[in-house]
Amino acid sequence: MPSMPSGAASWYWDKVMNMQPVYIVRSAATPVAENYHSSLRDLAAAAFHAALTGLPAAFDPQRIDMLYVASAMNSMLQRQTELGALLATTFGLVGIPALTVEASGASGGVALHQARLAIASGAADLVAVVGVEKVTDRLDADIEAARATSIDSEFEAELGLTLTSQWALLMRRYMHEYGYAADAFAPFPINAHANAASNAGALYRFGINAEKYRKATQIASPLNMLDTSTAADGAAVVLLASEPMARELGAAQIRLAGGAIATDALPLATRRDLLWLAAAERSSRAAMQQAQVRPADVHVLDVTDPHGIVAAMALEACGFVERGTAPRHAADGGITPQGSTPLATAGGYKARGDVGGASGVYQIVELVRQLQGTAGAAQVANARVALAQCLGGVASTAVTHILIRE
Amino acid sequence: MMQTSRPVGLLGYGVYVPRYRIAGKEIARIWTDGQGGVPVEAKSVPGLDEDTITMSIEAGRSALLRAGVPAQALSVVWVGSESHPYSVKPSGTIVAEALGTSPWISAADYQFACKAGSEALTAAMGMVGSGMAQYALAIGADTAQGRPGDALEYTASAGAAALLVGAAEDALATIDATVSYVSDTPDFFRRADRPYPVHGHRFTGEPAYFHHIKSATTRLLSELGRTAADFTYAIFHQPNAKFPQTVAKQLGFSEAQIKPGLLSPLIGNTYSAIALAGLCATLDIARPGDTILMTTYGSGSGADAYALTVTDALLERRGRAPLMAAYLARQEFVDYAVYAKWRGKLVLG
Amino acid sequence: MDLAKRWRQKPAYYRLEGQRHRTSGEVRFPPQPPRVGESGEEWEAYPLRGTGEIYSFAGVRTAAPEYAAQTPYLVALVRLDEGLLVSAQLTDCDEAELQIGQRVEMVTRRMSDTGVDGLLVYAYKFRPVLE
Repeated sequence: MPSMPSGAASWYWDKVMNMQPVYIVRSAATPVAENYHSSLRDLAAAAFHAALTGLPAAFDPQRIDMLYVASAMNSMLQRQTELGALLATTFGLVGIPALTVEASGASGGVALHQARLAIASGAADLVAVVGVEKVTDRLDADIEAARATSIDSEFEAELGLTLTSQWALLMRRYMHEYGYAADAFAPFPINAHANAASNAGALYRFGINAEKYRKATQIASPLNMLDTSTAADGAAVVLLASEPMARELGAAQIRLAGGAIATDALPLATRRDLLWLAAAERSSRAAMQQAQVRPADVHVLDVTDPHGIVAAMALEACGFVERGTAPRHAADGGITPQGSTPLATAGGYKARGDVGGASGVYQIVELVRQLQGTAGAAQVANARVALAQCLGGVASTAVTHILIRE
Repeated sequence: MMQTSRPVGLLGYGVYVPRYRIAGKEIARIWTDGQGGVPVEAKSVPGLDEDTITMSIEAGRSALLRAGVPAQALSVVWVGSESHPYSVKPSGTIVAEALGTSPWISAADYQFACKAGSEALTAAMGMVGSGMAQYALAIGADTAQGRPGDALEYTASAGAAALLVGAAEDALATIDATVSYVSDTPDFFRRADRPYPVHGHRFTGEPAYFHHIKSATTRLLSELGRTAADFTYAIFHQPNAKFPQTVAKQLGFSEAQIKPGLLSPLIGNTYSAIALAGLCATLDIARPGDTILMTTYGSGSGADAYALTVTDALLERRGRAPLMAAYLARQEFVDYAVYAKWRGKLVLG
Repeated sequence: MDLAKRWRQKPAYYRLEGQRHRTSGEVRFPPQPPRVGESGEEWEAYPLRGTGEIYSFAGVRTAAPEYAAQTPYLVALVRLDEGLLVSAQLTDCDEAELQIGQRVEMVTRRMSDTGVDGLLVYAYKFRPVLE
């Protein structure tokens, strides 16, 4: 038995252990792409219809009780709020409770978490979670400005810092403290690109190597272009159900066994320990305790990995490797599908494409494939327990979920 | 000759010169195929994040540090410039807030071509000398612009100097007297809303620069009953390298007297700041008892001449803030393309 | 145009004014409203000295629109001599010459130009200490 968690995470233990079980009954996503022909609602509708495909013919979509929409940059890039009502209308579900959830890059995970609570509390039996991001209608500087809204606007973004540059600051300090060169982080994008080759829905399906990494153009030095994700368009949908509903739909195989949100100080400079993602630690510990698993029990995982440094720090915060060792662990093959902590098996943020606030929903779609054994060349053998973690901002919000195939 | 009823002097001083330079030869490469001489070897170029306000702030901070006077004790913050970032909205209030003054001060901007800073200095002397203020900060600062290809482009540069005026008994240099001489002489002007000034070529010389500087200087010398030889050092306005050396010679000052304050060959003409900065650079090396003459010049036109005497206090205060030498030492040369990008000479659409 | 916001930010932006706890002496930046269990009177305005050392630095080549004309530029986390960290731009230096631990000092600079009919924004940056 895992021990009692302490601090802010303890309420999960006390109050969430008695929740009703929640199952992932369907999941689907559009390919991540520069999808110039599709609008935000086109993308969301495509993912929604794909998610419903395969349900019993008699299933009435009107039985969906609630709709949660996750998007990080939509209000900035599409100038559209109230996505809940917009997409309920688009899907033909006018009238149902529908709302938007925003926690920057963690939006998808937070939406999933809230949907899970709605079912676990008995308030709903079937909930749709939509993650959607439509970025290519705007130019790069606008996207960078939208991404920068997740850092402190007054004392970071308006002074010229960007989200990417904040991770670059942490990367340089990490290199300094633990004695790594910049190319020690190359295994993360190399693994992501290798895995994306077998994901038909990935943005970049080509391999890269250490030589190319070393020669790549600097984006926010020491971060280079091959260690920086590309924002792209996409939508993903997950249907969550109560146990009775999941059984009725013949889909009570993958249980959302744990889930937790945690936060960290949003202004980076105000953190006590900058090289430790405290929110990632808290949320992963609470999620694992709910699911009654330990890091060693997790067969496959997906974390926020727009840069190698982010994946490295997440692996450490979640307890998979010791602090300061993640780049070595990656260099030793630990993050490949054959390693002890398979990462980015569908390409991760770097090669699948960075879908911003939809990422947390994409992670679920991809990990469900792993648990169902349909992940192709990047399949992790006998994967039964999966961990999904998404981060908002510089990990000021972290959401972790544990998926278990029963 | 103007003298205050209560003796006044400089309690502190501070300078600022941007890190960047462009060589005169680099400008000549673009416009004259490198042919012909250049009026200065190099000029300072402000970085993208610098303007009259930011340079005034740094010079002002140094002046306060040297004086050992808290910003809250100031009664006056005046900024003289021909390149105030706003046409309407004072630089002085922004500089005052950045320095951390009390709101109960007089803050204003002066404008008189290259003499705007010395206008502020003379007025500050009046405020302190009359007893209306205990401490008055007078700043001259500019990020001057010359039309691309114009003779002015070789010299129009950026810098700031701040002088903290207070009672003579607390001064590191007393200001013993001043003379101001002005006339309507249209040697150089810039109409409202125009980016670059117009100048009268040779007309800027004899009837303008030389006549005004010589008038003010000779009047001050005669009224004080002194000659050029009675001064340890002298500073004259520096629109280029040649004019100050020529006027010094005509007035009987030696090369040695003007050398410490002759900055234009290295940084160009920082307009409102150049003569005041020359005075600061001279104070950087002066000894107690030394006497200094400074004559500023502003087109349009006028000249202010000042006689100063260095006190013992200078030695203790000099090292409290960066010397001019520190700013001159950190030079980083840029080419014309970078200069054009930074100075807004590229059309960005 | 954020006129009121810029006006509010003056002490922090122009001269790096933070807060000090009247009894514990804790210094913090930027100024914040009181936390749970605190009253506003416990904290007083406190001007930071503006000197410190580089904790980390990065070069920005893709910036938000208001800084797009200034790329490339440098940002840093600076460990102030009062002990706290602050995020800011670096100025008057080249990336190749920087190192972690290097001494820096605060300067007030023009941050962004919001257009010919807009406000000029001034705020703190850090530069290598002038020798």
